[in-house]
Amino acid sequence: MYELQYSKPSSVNDAVAEIKKSSDSKFLAGGMTLIPTLKARLSSADTLVDLKGANLSKISVSSSEITIGSMTRHCDVASSNDVKGSLPALAKLAGGIGDHMVRSCGTIGGSLANNDPAACYPSAALALDTTIVTNERSISAEDFFVGMFETALNENEIITEVKFQIPEKASYIKFPNPASRYAMVGVFVAKKASGVTVAVTGAGENGVFRCSEIEIALNSNFSTESLENIDISPDSLNSDIHASAAYRANLIKEMAKRALQEMI
Amino acid sequence: MGGQEMEISLKINGKDVKADVKPNTLLSTFIREDLNLTGTHIGCDTSQCGACAIHLNGDAVKSCAILAAQADGAEITTIEGIANDDELHPMQQAFHENHGLQCGYCTPGMVMSSIKLVENNPNISEEEIRKGLEGNICRCTGYHNIVKSVKQAATVMGG
Repeated sequence: MYELQYSKPSSVNDAVAEIKKSSDSKFLAGGMTLIPTLKARLSSADTLVDLKGANLSKISVSSSEITIGSMTRHCDVASSNDVKGSLPALAKLAGGIGDHMVRSCGTIGGSLANNDPAACYPSAALALDTTIVTNERSISAEDFFVGMFETALNENEIITEVKFQIPEKASYIKFPNPASRYAMVGVFVAKKASGVTVAVTGAGENGVFRCSEIEIALNSNFSTESLENIDISPDSLNSDIHASAAYRANLIKEMAKRALQEMI
Repeated sequence: MGGQEMEISLKINGKDVKADVKPNTLLSTFIREDLNLTGTHIGCDTSQCGACAIHLNGDAVKSCAILAAQADGAEITTIEGIANDDELHPMQQAFHENHGLQCGYCTPGMVMSSIKLVENNPNISEEEIRKGLEGNICRCTGYHNIVKSVKQAATVMGG
């Protein structure tokens, strides 16, 4: 790891002041991506501004939405009775990220801000009409995810909380890469009063996306049968050593079916 | 910009420690090289193998994916801190009795990770153990005896 400075401010305002001191500083959330990346010298920073002391870890639930502080760890979302009670698919998603040691450190804000194309949380955010609240503004999930590892966040902008709308029903199923546990394909299906939303992670060239073919089919008939005759095009899907685009296209359909089986 | 040393204080295996560390020092490096607690192993460069697992404020974590600076004020237990004098921790005893290791390299991480799996789920099933240990990689055993060890320890630990 290249040399760096470390600071741990005790509020969001102090964190912003701290990061503005240098043009090459980075926020540190749970560190489960950033520290290994720094370690491999794939990344560097003048100063790491640790958000752990900024009081951003909390979970609260109302009748229509779940609010999760950005520094809330995956293990805390997975074990929260509030989340398990009102949006069990989200608790299950959080409990399936990485392994239990990663879940003891990794955070929801870190995951969303990193926007790894194979991360689990972006699919829930996109499927659940989520609002990403920062120290500057509120951003809808639709506008938040810009591309692979890219978000709408400005320099020095900090996610403070994430507001998920509670659907009637939801399910998340992923086909994990057997080594990394990242999603080779993960499909989040949400059934809401306004219709069905389906978000796919792990597969798209530009990161998470909504799958309109499956949404149209499920909005006309919410059953696994309605997915039988759908063809998912591999055109804008990833191909790598783990799976071809065609294989991923098939996995999207298969994971969507399994998600549906959980919901029906 | 350099990496001026900073002072950290923490409690490790019940002992208060104060030290000056460079901010880019990994917690695993600090534990092994500054504190000479070499039971915590480094098995990979990518934070995937789990050999460096320790307990930090009550959670199992990978000490190679955390900076020593982040552990300022924390309470840490390493593999050296779980036995009660000459009496092995039930998890260590179970690995011993079930031959839950071959070369032993991954074992400290396996033991530290498994203790938390069992503490968080006292009636843990074989399937849950296999899934729970997905972050700990062993190249020798085929995992069978490791799973047996954890299962036995769970009954002793109060499952």
